[in-house]
Amino acid sequence: MATLTLNKLEKSYSLGKSRRRVLHGIDLTLNDNEFVSIVGASGCGKSTLLSIAAGLEDFDDGDVQVDGQSIQGPGLDRGVVFQSYTLLPWLTARGNIEFALKAAGTPAAECRDIAQQHLELVKLGSSADRWPGELSGGMKQRVAIARALSYRPKILLMDEPFGALDAMTRHQMQQLLIEIWEKHRLTVMFVTHDIEEAVRLSDRIVVMGPGHIDSTFQVSLPRPRHEGINRAPEFIELQHDVLKRIHQHELTN
Amino acid sequence: MRSDELQTLQRQTKKKRRRFSLLTIGKEPTRAQFLTISVAVFALLILAWWLATASGAIKPIFLPGIGRVWHQMSTLAQNGTLQSDVASSLYRMAIAFTLSSVMAIVIGVLAGCYGLFKAIVEPLVDFVRYMPVVAFVPLTILWTGTDDFQKFLVIWIGTFFQQVLMMIDAIKRVPPDFVGLGRTLGMSDRKILLRIVIPSALPSIWDALRISLGWAWTWLVLAELVASTSGLGYRIVVSQRYFQTDTIIGYILLLGLLGLMTDQIMRAAERVLFRYNRRRS
Repeated sequence: MATLTLNKLEKSYSLGKSRRRVLHGIDLTLNDNEFVSIVGASGCGKSTLLSIAAGLEDFDDGDVQVDGQSIQGPGLDRGVVFQSYTLLPWLTARGNIEFALKAAGTPAAECRDIAQQHLELVKLGSSADRWPGELSGGMKQRVAIARALSYRPKILLMDEPFGALDAMTRHQMQQLLIEIWEKHRLTVMFVTHDIEEAVRLSDRIVVMGPGHIDSTFQVSLPRPRHEGINRAPEFIELQHDVLKRIHQHELTN
Repeated sequence: MRSDELQTLQRQTKKKRRRFSLLTIGKEPTRAQFLTISVAVFALLILAWWLATASGAIKPIFLPGIGRVWHQMSTLAQNGTLQSDVASSLYRMAIAFTLSSVMAIVIGVLAGCYGLFKAIVEPLVDFVRYMPVVAFVPLTILWTGTDDFQKFLVIWIGTFFQQVLMMIDAIKRVPPDFVGLGRTLGMSDRKILLRIVIPSALPSIWDALRISLGWAWTWLVLAELVASTSGLGYRIVVSQRYFQTDTIIGYILLLGLLGLMTDQIMRAAERVLFRYNRRRS
């Protein structure tokens, strides 16, 4: 079991003398092994929401719970994949995964094998000894995903992980992520501004307006999801509906 | 007729195509070009020096010939003066620069990481940094006399405050998400500092050291010029008293050479220490 519950979350920044409210009354529950995407116009607070869930940012009021337990800051129960490349440049691809495993208290003897397994999971088994500087953007994010999965967190939090990649690579990464997720089920919170990506990957899509949750769409497309699924009429229709909801907010603002 | 016109047109467009030259913005010279030009510049300067002195256009008392400078330097090397001057200068440099660097790294890293230390250090350092080092020299003599400690002090005042700011900057350039990563891995702040922040800032720290080493040479010579009984700067002042321009020129060139050598050593170490930073091949 691994659920993530956000309860009446409130968050505001002070902006000079006034305060700007970035999140207001957020209620959201991610069910066990559910893949939930959060979409919304830029500046709506979706990344802040993920940072709070990760424990990296403070909030003013409300509660964040993992399996019913309130979180006390960041922890190994939630793995995070950042949008920026966060591979430590002085460690090899394998070294980066071992770094996480050691921090998580894995016995040293097992680190190497687990790291290799996870590199193979993201199809980088042969690049284990390369420095991050020698890897392309897509490869770096694959190592980052492998690293976040390696220490078996209950929940995976991904903040626009493919946002900095080119369209072709992004598509390949999405396909890879679906494959991994469908094999190794895990509760995922996935923040993105790419609606097609959200529809392709998710079980449920949460649309955010400025600072609040606007609406939720259930994605009932069958799994496993194949390459060509974006041509299915349901896919296109859902993509269209989600886009319409987001645009509604852009117009009223 | 038409095909002729077409041909001339083609030739024109062909002519118009711009070729990159060494005067195109952002165009790197090839290794051979770079070496040829830089060697030629040195050769030209030496030639100009030789012409100016050999023709008698400039009196030897202002600018002695290359031969005389070389002769004077080898005489000084034979009687051991040169070696002892270099040794005492290098000694002062090594002690003062190491001391200053260690202090700057510790304090700079703390100030770069923690708000408390930042508030204590940054305004103070920013203030002191704008006080001219030269103005401190009389004070250092008053405080400590003219022994080696005074040289350390002058070099320290000149480099430490600049170094601290560069170290703070090096820490600031560590991507915030690296720290976030450490947090999500459940690492304590102390571990994040030692295992993530410092290794990540190390290339910038090393670079800051290399740059400040150049300044430290200047402050060393200043300290030795003003009040000293040994060292490269001391020899330059003494030579001025006896109009030994050849020694002055020789020592200035030697200082340039020493600076260049230390810089190259630091660069070579950088290539070994941070080999992971080499571009994708």
